[in-house]
Amino acid sequence: MDFNLSKQHQMIRKMMASFTENEIKPIAAETDRTCEFPRENIEKLFDLGVMGICVPQQYGGSGSDALASAICVEEISKQCASTGDIVATHNGLCCDPIINYGTEEQKAKYLPMLTTGHKVGAFALTEPNAGSDASKGQTEARLEGDHYVMNGSKIFITNGYVAEVFVVFAMTDKSKGTKGISAFIVEKDFPGFSIGKHEEKMGLHGSPTAEIVFQDCIVPKENLLGKEGRGFPIAMATLDGGRIGIAAQGLGLAEGALAEAIAYTKGRVQFGKPISKFQNTQFTLADMELGCEAGRLLMYQAAMAKDAGKRYTKEAAMAKLFCTEHAMKTTTKALQMFGGYGYTKDYPMERMMRDAKITEIYEGTSEVQRIVISANMGL
Amino acid sequence: MKIIVTVKQVPDTSGKVAVNADGTLDRASMQTIINPDDLNAVEAALQLKDELGCKVIAFTMGPPPAEGMLRELMAMGVDEGVLITAREFGGSDTYATSQIIAAAIDTYGVDQDDIVFSGRQAIDGDTAQVGPQLAEKLGLEQVSYVGAIEKDGDTIKVRRMLEDGYMTIKVKTPCLLTCVKELNTPRYMNIRDILSAYDKPLQVMTYETLKNHPLIDKTTIGLTGSPTNIFKSFTPPQKGVGTMLTGDSKSVATQVADVLAKKHII
Repeated sequence: MDFNLSKQHQMIRKMMASFTENEIKPIAAETDRTCEFPRENIEKLFDLGVMGICVPQQYGGSGSDALASAICVEEISKQCASTGDIVATHNGLCCDPIINYGTEEQKAKYLPMLTTGHKVGAFALTEPNAGSDASKGQTEARLEGDHYVMNGSKIFITNGYVAEVFVVFAMTDKSKGTKGISAFIVEKDFPGFSIGKHEEKMGLHGSPTAEIVFQDCIVPKENLLGKEGRGFPIAMATLDGGRIGIAAQGLGLAEGALAEAIAYTKGRVQFGKPISKFQNTQFTLADMELGCEAGRLLMYQAAMAKDAGKRYTKEAAMAKLFCTEHAMKTTTKALQMFGGYGYTKDYPMERMMRDAKITEIYEGTSEVQRIVISANMGL
Repeated sequence: MKIIVTVKQVPDTSGKVAVNADGTLDRASMQTIINPDDLNAVEAALQLKDELGCKVIAFTMGPPPAEGMLRELMAMGVDEGVLITAREFGGSDTYATSQIIAAAIDTYGVDQDDIVFSGRQAIDGDTAQVGPQLAEKLGLEQVSYVGAIEKDGDTIKVRRMLEDGYMTIKVKTPCLLTCVKELNTPRYMNIRDILSAYDKPLQVMTYETLKNHPLIDKTTIGLTGSPTNIFKSFTPPQKGVGTMLTGDSKSVATQVADVLAKKHII
């Protein structure tokens, strides 16, 4: 097995590391403090071809692959998990389903908007009573002549109040259960579409999360994504891919926290020597490094399986579960190494720890990942 | 019209500097980066390409791994690379280097409307000599320390940066301009160009390719043909951490006076 990245993937990592150091790191704390969407950097990421990285070049994208996309999110998240989240959602949850299930007309219309058009994308599945049990959504879409009339609301929508294109899931036939769910491409300017509550969150302050509301929202018939009643498999397959992105975000957070912990413990002197010289510190750092390496291999394995056209549901769930739980462990232990300083906003540790928590929850909780893994073990 | 840019792979001075027994840099054991001023030269070339649609070719002299640097420049938008590499060229000083690169550029060809960009100087030698020497050997008009460029037909108006000001100069193509960091901010590589970087043309020029060029003479290239002899190379001792004085002007002035008085300077 070849664990080496291709020259192009290595170059993508180098470019992304440089961009993150020069453009993202300097504003990461400020983005967290002000809760402002980092628009200027997102515009630059559109220009560099990171937003829309997997979109084929004929639709304005970069034509790259899932591994490159994951590497980008990993590098960005080392310094700012909010920006990593915005990119992962745009690429994995909005562009991907349109690439995979869109008609030629839908691709020709929406993919250029999501690449050269610099319009941010989002994915709307979760509802107040349909979280982990995503099949219980109440949002309805009723066909009336040449359009659907959509009613209901979605919550916790990443990129919610900045996105202009949404992939939305709604019931077109409530009597059929999951086979009555359909997917749609919805624009924010469609009549009856509105943004509801902006969420105030524990972390990921730069990533805009909102409720979206459909009140007799008019969705043209041609905006049905895939076939009517095939929305649930589209949602599940899209989430498989999205989980690689969140694995990358968790891995980036863990790697970023580890780098901060190494730098700090080498400089912090207590009891007459740098605290990095104490075996307790060294063993903790060794465990962090071990988890990062293992997580990286799991994540790259899932991304490579996706790129090879293989089934990767279990691999993506394992990567997501491992990397995000490692992010939580690593940020918590790294903060402990900083002592009281780690609890202040003078250092990035408390932000990283707050940002890490959500990675264990969204795009399928850790518990859901264990369901997915065990469901693929022939039990 | 085409633009030629000369670039150099230099040791990353944020890492350790290693020196060979003969005093030259042990480049093989050191991490390398693209010389910073050369990136400004590349950016200047790419901005003209964006405006005029001309081709940009990067030339470098170095060991075979320098191809990686040329590919990174292609990932920024450079169209072609020329790698000048041979054992005979190793250890060259600025005089010998400019002989070889001039021979390579001349072999590639410089047309009437072409521009050659170089960085002002490399961070390893800090001589700022290769660019001007190249212009001399290629018989091109040259302007050094360029901090701004405006192209109008075959005339280029440049701002030449000096220590205490600047001068504005008009120069006709073909010409060579050496660029300073104030000229621009180099762009990042982008995903599309990264994906196509290894598909772009790369020409390797060896001693065999260039040996019949009039500028190539074994007595004026390589370590033995270099008039510069390195007497000694060493890493200077690090300076101590500075002290930052804060407060209003009066308070800072008082603090400075106190420090100078304590050191018996005043």
